Amino acid sequence: MTENAQAHTGSNRVKRGLAEMLKGGVIMDVVTAEQAKIAEDAGAVAVMALERVPADIRAQGGVARMSDPDLIQQIIDTVSIPVMAKARIGHFVEAQILEHLKVDYIDESEVLSPADYVNHIDKWKFTAPFVCGATNLGEALRRINEGAAMIRSKGEAGTGDVSEATKHIRKITSEIRALSAMAEDELYVAAKELQAPYELVREVAATGKLPVVLFTAGGVATPADAAMMMQLGADGVFVGSGIFKSGNPAERAKAIVKATTFFDDPAVVTEASRGLGEAMVGINVSDLPAPHRLAERGW
Amino acid sequence: MLRELGVEATLVRRESELSAVDGLIIPGGESSVMDKLARMFALDGPLRARIRSGMPVFGTCAGLIMLANNVLDAIDGQESLGGLDVDVRRNAFGAQVDSFEVGVMAPAIAETPLAAAFIRAPVVERVGDGVEVLARLNDGRVVGVRQGNVVGISFHPEVAGDTRVHEYFVRLVADFVASSKSALPA
Repeated sequence: MTENAQAHTGSNRVKRGLAEMLKGGVIMDVVTAEQAKIAEDAGAVAVMALERVPADIRAQGGVARMSDPDLIQQIIDTVSIPVMAKARIGHFVEAQILEHLKVDYIDESEVLSPADYVNHIDKWKFTAPFVCGATNLGEALRRINEGAAMIRSKGEAGTGDVSEATKHIRKITSEIRALSAMAEDELYVAAKELQAPYELVREVAATGKLPVVLFTAGGVATPADAAMMMQLGADGVFVGSGIFKSGNPAERAKAIVKATTFFDDPAVVTEASRGLGEAMVGINVSDLPAPHRLAERGW
Repeated sequence: MLRELGVEATLVRRESELSAVDGLIIPGGESSVMDKLARMFALDGPLRARIRSGMPVFGTCAGLIMLANNVLDAIDGQESLGGLDVDVRRNAFGAQVDSFEVGVMAPAIAETPLAAAFIRAPVVERVGDGVEVLARLNDGRVVGVRQGNVVGISFHPEVAGDTRVHEYFVRLVADFVASSKSALPA
């Protein structure tokens, strides 16, 4: 036990371990310190600090970048739960800034405009852990291979339409089940087809799950949406625009937390769904022209 | 990890599930959320009653916070269940970038250092009379305590793959079950 003498930070176990501690919980997008406090009081396990929620990024257009460090700092100073923040895909300097700010998790996110259309961030170089989006198992394993310590299925952020979230979590979990059913000598071709490293493919086939925690995101707007994601096999949910673009954010946030915890109990989910007022207005993903679909960013 | 040790384990979210178990582990997570959910679903009263009645309880990280009589740096209105006469400070080591793995000496549990992951971990800052210190960091800070059948540690041996604290707790539960059975009238 020589490793025991000296404390060491940034290990894989410590990075993946924080995500383990968030399991069963709800992570909420917030754009001000005040919203962060509302989220914490409502029972969020973590908050995602950003300048504009995806619905506004979508509405306003333009290049979406990392938030102002002042804003992130204010949110860190306001709440005691973990604070996450987004860097653009491939923008390792934004990630360096977020790590310097002591953000607890960095989201290399397709919700922002990509900074590199070829490479993602080499996440092994960081002490802070990363969460990355994925639409399928191969993409999830490529991110894990680059050092991601948590995966979220992408869904289609800023729409309030849960259908893409459903598609992606179903895709990932069904591809995992398919791997588990394969003979060992079929895994080489499976790795080729998934465009993922063989070692990770073999690990998933043997354990029947990803080596990191899998949350779902992108379009969750109601307690029922959150409970459905959990029943489909998510370890927890991210709620972006769904809370603070709704009529009564504090109550909706609390209701989504309850429904996520008791996702398999229709009585609790029913109670949680009552009297929440207006949900976010939403956009049907099918009405979005393809170039405006955020989930197609990242590869 | 419990199943690997041959122990039957079940998830406790409701009072009916609590009444069916012989011992309880309060795992890591976000203590402020655990507290809110426990109160929202009226599990706090039954939990306090079971802890008072002597049921073995083992809290890791956030679980230690839940079992502390006094929580420092809690969020507004945060309550704990109590059971350990200690003061515990939340997030005592800082942000996630300061989270670490290290060996922890716990002579009452194991001869060699425990493999431990401290993830935004709490620390015990005051130890009351009748509380046994189980584990310390090299600098002397208290990271494991026991009072009666209530055990609390700051760290995650399960993340680091060390089963020995869980085995220690399973023995405690087995002793408790054996002694409560022998105390029953024939």
